[in-house]
Amino acid sequence: MSPDSSQRNEPRVCWSRRHLLGLEDLSREEILTILETAERFVEVGERRRKKRSTLAGKVVVNLFFEPSTRTKTSFALAARRLGADTLDFSSSGSSTSKGETFIDTAKNIEAMGVDLMVVRHASAGAPHLLAQQLQCSIINAGDGAHEHPTQGLLDIFTIRQKKGRLEGLTVALVGDILHSRVARSNIHGLVKLGAHVIVCGPSTLVPPLITELKVEISHNLDAILPRCDVVNMLRIQFERQRSGLFPSVAEYARLFAMDGARLKKAKPDLLLLAPGPINRGVEITPEVADGPNSAILQQVANGLAVRMAVLQLLCGQPGEIET
Amino acid sequence: MSLLCIRNGRVIDPSQELDRVTDVWIQGGKIVAIGARPDLLPRQVLDATGKIVCPGLIDMHVHLREPGREEDETIASGTAAALAGGFTTVACMPNTEPAIDNQAAAEFVFLQAERAGNANVYPIGCVTKGRKGAELAEIGGLVEGGAVAFTDDDSPVVSAEIMRRALEYCRMFDKPVLSHAEDLELTRGGIMHEGTWSMRLGLRGMPAAAEEVMIHRDIELARLTGGRLHILHVSSAGGVELIRRAKERGVNVTAEVNPHHLVLTDAALAGYDSNFKMNPPLRTAADVLALIAGLKDGTIDVISSDHSPLAAEKKMRELDQAPFGIVGLETLVPVCAAALVGPGHLSWRQLIEKLTVAPARILGIEQGTLQPGAEADVTIIDPEAEWTIDPSAFRSKSRNSPFTGMKVRSRIQTVLVAGEIRFEG
Repeated sequence: MSPDSSQRNEPRVCWSRRHLLGLEDLSREEILTILETAERFVEVGERRRKKRSTLAGKVVVNLFFEPSTRTKTSFALAARRLGADTLDFSSSGSSTSKGETFIDTAKNIEAMGVDLMVVRHASAGAPHLLAQQLQCSIINAGDGAHEHPTQGLLDIFTIRQKKGRLEGLTVALVGDILHSRVARSNIHGLVKLGAHVIVCGPSTLVPPLITELKVEISHNLDAILPRCDVVNMLRIQFERQRSGLFPSVAEYARLFAMDGARLKKAKPDLLLLAPGPINRGVEITPEVADGPNSAILQQVANGLAVRMAVLQLLCGQPGEIET
Repeated sequence: MSLLCIRNGRVIDPSQELDRVTDVWIQGGKIVAIGARPDLLPRQVLDATGKIVCPGLIDMHVHLREPGREEDETIASGTAAALAGGFTTVACMPNTEPAIDNQAAAEFVFLQAERAGNANVYPIGCVTKGRKGAELAEIGGLVEGGAVAFTDDDSPVVSAEIMRRALEYCRMFDKPVLSHAEDLELTRGGIMHEGTWSMRLGLRGMPAAAEEVMIHRDIELARLTGGRLHILHVSSAGGVELIRRAKERGVNVTAEVNPHHLVLTDAALAGYDSNFKMNPPLRTAADVLALIAGLKDGTIDVISSDHSPLAAEKKMRELDQAPFGIVGLETLVPVCAAALVGPGHLSWRQLIEKLTVAPARILGIEQGTLQPGAEADVTIIDPEAEWTIDPSAFRSKSRNSPFTGMKVRSRIQTVLVAGEIRFEG
């Protein structure tokens, strides 16, 4: 429960966007607006009557050209809880397999009267293309190795919830930084909100120029671990990599996996996140994933609130937050 | 035969160190005289007061797509675009379907160009059969068919051994081998220049080193063989420096640059617009400065467009799925005027040299001069005309330009090929 409950009915609303394409585009105030809106939905989620009607009559489409479990389900549930009609579209078994282009597919679906599309695509920039070509609102649910803004937001939301602040925290993003859209969204959001970010991984998976995003680079997890308040274990993006970026999964795990022994070197209250899906035993051992420092399942629960907040801000009337 | 006078223009012809306001006289498709000739009575006069009159421009690196990809461009539409851009002569790349790797294919290009009746076209032949990089193409036959240079273009010759033999073999015909310098292993899956922007945008990068290692390899092979090497579209500061040092050492190497690499950087990809996707990719501001310096000190001999037309449906795609390439014939002169002449990097005389006599020398062709007796290929440029680039007005079949909406100054006014007015702007 946040301390300013007396003011809860008049949230600071700083929002005029039609699309959510990435956290790089957002100001600190806009990010805070989403986080504060999400807080109110967490409370709604704890009530018995969970369903709202602020998006009644709106149509939200999940347009997923890449596999997803968590994100897709989370968006669908978030939209339904706000009273929207939802529609799921996956690329397999559709006209894209008959050669229809991605843009034509999206335009045809939009013509059915869609207000908002949640887009996941293996190509970086695909949601940006739709934002230019279509009339409806677009949420980027992961574009290639670029951004995954709602994942970044829910990670940041979980850190704020558990630690009570972001300013001054040291947050390490560990693993495949080069191919990770989650890393980019986390970096843009965390840096804007005053956290110190360390990116840590094999030197073949951490682009040196990433220091331009105001982060510290490390290739030694054991060395940085004692300083960290939060560690976010990113998944190795086997599907996006070319081969030969590290010698073996075993060597990767030896250097960068979070196991019980390594965890002992960290602060006792270290908060451990993982965006999922995790490769158990590669990035994180099962006993750590299921242990007391882990907030992995909390992240999933928060994901719903964050996505309700984003849908509300993009699709609902500004300021009209029914609680 | 009717006598034509282009009167009172600023006649710039670097092939004869000419830059003064005077008259150009044309008869029977040939240049007959330059200068005030009160003794001659013209049948027709083109007033060129305030305009630049120069040899018809030459673009030695264009893709006309015919045969095989006529949905993008044809020899007729591509040469119409050439004229609109001030080019009376183009050399077209052999990456057609089928590839121009034999004498008949080269002769087909001449035939289609003649049917179109626009600009002069010279075919560039494949250096290996089918552009496969395995065996030398029948270069002798291609020379017989009129090919002026040899390359597999965007399928760079991977084998150093084959490249060595190509340089050696072409030496026999005094023809250059054109190198698209790219180490394909280093650029595999790449979309744009590897740097800050590729990192931010989550796009796979193509490091400048991929260009530099191949330029270095080919320079060493040119040194070994004494063959004539021409580096296509150099885009990196390191590449310019390698060519500069090779020239100092006396290696037989020339180089070209494309206009887009002189005015745009990788930051242009921020909107994921595929009209900024080409190969080699847009690089950094430091690379742009190095390319301009290379033009100024003569390291880079030629400016060419790498005109790469692509139908809208091919480009209107996810950025990583869209093919590389942009059109450039109709924007080269105004873009170079803005990037080079406006800021004082090059004079008009120097720019025109890189668009006339320099490519003519590399290709060993007779065009690019206003010497009396030469074919009367003439371009008249209005250096003061201000306009906005609008691809919907292009003569090319394709619209994939990165310069849409750019405000420019200088415009092609009139173009003559063999004494005949083929374009009026």
